[in-house]
Amino acid sequence: MNIQVILFSVFAIGAVASAIATISSRNPVASAMSLVAHFFMLAGLYLTLEAQFVAAVQVLVYAGAIMVLVVFVILLLNLGKEQQLAERGSVIRLTLGSFTAGLFALVIILALVASPTGLNHLAMNAVDIGTTEAIGQSLFTQYLFPFESVSLLLLAALIGAVILAKRSMKEGA
Amino acid sequence: MMTSIPLDYYLILSAFLFVTGIIGVITRRNAIIIFMSIELMLNAVNLSMVAFSAFFGDIAGQMFVFFIMAVAAAEAAVGLAIVLALFRRKKSVYVDEVNIMKW
Repeated sequence: MNIQVILFSVFAIGAVASAIATISSRNPVASAMSLVAHFFMLAGLYLTLEAQFVAAVQVLVYAGAIMVLVVFVILLLNLGKEQQLAERGSVIRLTLGSFTAGLFALVIILALVASPTGLNHLAMNAVDIGTTEAIGQSLFTQYLFPFESVSLLLLAALIGAVILAKRSMKEGA
Repeated sequence: MMTSIPLDYYLILSAFLFVTGIIGVITRRNAIIIFMSIELMLNAVNLSMVAFSAFFGDIAGQMFVFFIMAVAAAEAAVGLAIVLALFRRKKSVYVDEVNIMKW
């Protein structure tokens, strides 16, 4: 049993466990904390795939920026009493939802088992394409137009978020 | 250093995480937790993108991951603003109590 197998198992089990904790926790703050743990586990998995820059961005953008936003909204809503946070679970919805999703997983796994990809080793240049230098070079040459479009998209999202979160227009202020 | 984990393992893990996200979206009522489940699904897809990128030695997969992250950030901002606006109007974040668009 070598180090790669151990690392993959630890991160994979951690990722699945924290994902399940995220969707099953009654308290939204506990869900958010499990999701942060999940993002760190995914960053570890990216490192096992030699994608160092993606792993760093995963921690900075997801665990840093997006989750802070989510936690702030949970705080801002200030739902008050714990009973209000607790959800009335519906058995039929849980059963049907899990059944449908399980079917979906079964289809994907059967497809993979029926025709395995047969790739057992990382590509020779896997280490080279994961570096900040390679990513930056690609991002500012071949992918320059999508990169600039994304900045426009973020600007639109920024304006949209401000308009939506503003108190109603009539009230002024 | 070459890893000995086959690509299939990463894809099966990714499928599991995606399905976890689907179950969250279908079974939960709290809009914020539904939102977090959508993030789970986006991240599951990111994992398979990075895995394909590393096993095929093609940088396109990692580029896609960046754009998915940017779209997820935009979605987070707008989605949470909608949840805030919803809470102001209905005093609730439970999606089954919101039926203004239903007739």
